[in-house]
Amino acid sequence: MEKKKPAIQERLPFNEPAPCPTVPVPPGPIPAPPPAAPRDQVTLTVDDKTVRVPEGSTLLEACRTLGIDTPTLCYLENLNPVNVCRVCVVELEGSRTLVPACSRRVENGMVIRTDSERVRLSRRMVLEFLASSVNVSTAPELQAYLEQYGGQPERFGPAAPPEAAEEPGTERPAVDCPTDGRTAATVAQPVKIDNDLYIRDYSKCILCYKCVQACGEEAQNTFAIAVAGRGFDSRISTEYSVPLPDSACVYCGNCIGVCPTGALMFKSEYDMREAGTWKESDQERTDTICPYCGVGCTLTLHVQENQIVKVTSPLDQEVTRGHLCIKGRFGWQFVRGKGRKK
Amino acid sequence: MDLHIAGQSPDRDERSAVDSVLGPLQAGKVESYHLQQERPDRSKRHLLLPVLHAINSRVGWISPGALNYACSRLNLPPAEAFGVADFYGLFSMKPRPRAVIHVCDDIACLIRGAPAICEQLAGRLGPPGAAEPSSGLTWLRSPCLGLCERAPAALVSAAGPKPWECALAPARADALLAAADQPEHRPEAPPVPTSRSVPQQGQPGLRLLRRVGRLQPESLKDHLAQGGYEALRRAVELGPERVIREVMDSKLVGRGGAAFPAGRKWEAVYRARSSQPVRYLVCNADESEPGTFKDRVIMEEDPYLLIESMTIAGVATGCERGFLYVRGEYPLAFERLSHAIRQARRHGFLGKRILNLDLSFDIEVRRGAGAYICGEETALFNSIEGYRGEPRNKPPFPTEVGLFGRPTLVNNVETLVNVPGIVLWGGRSFAAVGTPGSTGTKLFCLSGHVGRPGVYEVPFGASLASLLELAGGVGGSGRLQGVLIGGAAGTFLSPRELDTPMTFEGTRAIGAALGSAVVMPFDDSVDLSRILLRIAAFFRDESCGQCVPCRVGTVRQEEALFRLFGGDVQGIGQAPLQLAEIGQVMSDASICGLGHTASSAIQSALARWDEFSGLRQGLNPDH
Repeated sequence: MEKKKPAIQERLPFNEPAPCPTVPVPPGPIPAPPPAAPRDQVTLTVDDKTVRVPEGSTLLEACRTLGIDTPTLCYLENLNPVNVCRVCVVELEGSRTLVPACSRRVENGMVIRTDSERVRLSRRMVLEFLASSVNVSTAPELQAYLEQYGGQPERFGPAAPPEAAEEPGTERPAVDCPTDGRTAATVAQPVKIDNDLYIRDYSKCILCYKCVQACGEEAQNTFAIAVAGRGFDSRISTEYSVPLPDSACVYCGNCIGVCPTGALMFKSEYDMREAGTWKESDQERTDTICPYCGVGCTLTLHVQENQIVKVTSPLDQEVTRGHLCIKGRFGWQFVRGKGRKK
Repeated sequence: MDLHIAGQSPDRDERSAVDSVLGPLQAGKVESYHLQQERPDRSKRHLLLPVLHAINSRVGWISPGALNYACSRLNLPPAEAFGVADFYGLFSMKPRPRAVIHVCDDIACLIRGAPAICEQLAGRLGPPGAAEPSSGLTWLRSPCLGLCERAPAALVSAAGPKPWECALAPARADALLAAADQPEHRPEAPPVPTSRSVPQQGQPGLRLLRRVGRLQPESLKDHLAQGGYEALRRAVELGPERVIREVMDSKLVGRGGAAFPAGRKWEAVYRARSSQPVRYLVCNADESEPGTFKDRVIMEEDPYLLIESMTIAGVATGCERGFLYVRGEYPLAFERLSHAIRQARRHGFLGKRILNLDLSFDIEVRRGAGAYICGEETALFNSIEGYRGEPRNKPPFPTEVGLFGRPTLVNNVETLVNVPGIVLWGGRSFAAVGTPGSTGTKLFCLSGHVGRPGVYEVPFGASLASLLELAGGVGGSGRLQGVLIGGAAGTFLSPRELDTPMTFEGTRAIGAALGSAVVMPFDDSVDLSRILLRIAAFFRDESCGQCVPCRVGTVRQEEALFRLFGGDVQGIGQAPLQLAEIGQVMSDASICGLGHTASSAIQSALARWDEFSGLRQGLNPDH
């Protein structure tokens, strides 16, 4: 049984006069907080090089300390690693299988290889699997990795024609073979445009789970979307695939902020891309502070031809780690509003 | 979190289905979201799966009104609950007829008459799943139903106020249609003697199957009259540490497929008691490996044995709460186990003050809902907790972070039912049977082209040939083409490898694995390419979809197999290399054991290409 704490009046000498009503402020700059207790260092070997990193670091962080380029897709600095894409796998001595660098914690004496034949094969295959089943046209990072690892996604055959307009996955294909091996199955499907702020093109979705994390407990706590279905039929969905306006979505757009493939996209960007007027190379990025409330989120305005075309927020921004709300993300139209005083 | 529930409200049926699990709605009582995050074991989220079962069997599908009501009761976002429900094969997310016939067309049934049944049903009811909801009856193809010894098998389910499920094996199309035609009345399944499943029934020398057929499975009295709860009393006498030492001494290893030393898990969970007072026991009875039915036979024919074994494990490791996760396709096992638990509780063998001592342990039964992946231990935890059955990354291992984040002892049914013997006769004497690396006796599941299919118990060490002989030799044409051991995640062996000792070390020596101890011979009439394609389709269906290597790899593997077997002549040259690479990335980079073994049987068959006449036939163009 826990000992009962004394009542607050007994603990604090409120009855006595305070000895000093004000604490004198020392002159000079505000002192920095005391440094955090140093974490124990862990020593491991990566590609024959010894590296010391703080305890609790991941293999990915150890690789980055050494400047070893490790591809990642489902990893993002401001979210917990879910290690589902498996493109960051490395070889760990003594382990039967490869291990994901993004989530595996360092241990003393680990021996890691990041460029063995086994690692290269797995990374290439993962990239080929994705590029052969998903439209990666707006995922430049993935394309670059694909080239770097020599992937040839077309070797699995021509892409299967998209499924009929029927919502995928409402009926499990079960064991009736949907394939004859002549074509490669894809997740192709029509774009979902059900609101004015952003579109969802799940034919570009690699199921990295990031949008679900951002919508859920890691940022917005709204839980409007979740992974539904199973296997190749898995997909990001609202309940019963209802359109976003009928769902719990609050249009914070944090899912767009974390999407690595352009499957989730500002409606403004989507429309410009459709019209052929989207020119990323011409765009200027300007950081500013959101004007709406006192939180003070940093906004990065993407400006093309003197027009704001989308808004992002830096991941290393202290206040909200790259996450925004509907106003900061989508509420920029007033900048060029007609009635605005110049 | 503000719960946003829009759309349909529940009708009376939907409400009563949810209330049957959660109790009637009490005004103002809503579970806090905080509780779910901080103390998941005290939250009610883990009742989501039972609630979904109640909805599906009452309404016939997971209707929006019912799901919304369940979400408001459990304080769950509808999108998340939808994602969970949509994960499971036995739940329908759109209206469907009240009666559903699930016809197994997996490998064992495929060679013993399933295609004919499917054809007849398709003739009467149209393609699988096509029937209109109002028609009252539809049929679906199903992965292995675990009734392989009596193939072909089928499971009929009827939703409604009095829902029922009934497994029929051997099944005939007319009998299935007759059963499903009257969804109000549960059909009387024709009695099948237990000797059909356990041909060795009554023979001397059996340990695990000793009592099968000799007791009434429902009767606690029979259990007590035949030595029941002696082992528990003995275990209490010995005390936890001594029991664990006996299990260590027995060198018992897990029978579920991974062959991990059971004693080490027990010890780890016991040791964690000082830092983690709350720990859990989980019995993995989600037996879904195609060709496996040994656990089903134990659960159906000797349920109290499993309940007592779990109690011993709980008492020895200090877990006060056990979960028994039974595969959804085993209605009879679920019924008998639930009954046995109620009886045991009533007579003081479960609950608080077991045997009138200061010991408490209780068991909750959970039904799976049609997902092979939930046999993976961490996926099983997620499934119990009310999440999608997606495996977790390891480490941390279940003995450190398991069910509800607590240290958890998870054992397979067959592993656990070895324990009473170990407690009664001592670990050393248990280890005296079998080989040094594989102690004790083993249950083997013989099906396919074999004289007398069934579960066989033999001391470890028997060769594959002697097992086949025990089961009446090669059936079918009598000329053996090959044997699949270990199930869909296992290995094909050729007739030249029949002298392989069926032990963990013996199979490992030839690059195979005992797995779940499936032994499925195929005669020379079988088109093995059909079998391989069925295995590939199985993994494509059952992959949880979480990681890329398995989600896409299982699809590409199936496509490449089609090309290999003559679907596309152009692709043949590349197909073997592609299959090898697909196999490698799945076994190297997938998250869990499903992905790691999804190519194993296919690769093993291709490696014995020249020895299997049925592979060279290629695909019959008629198929």
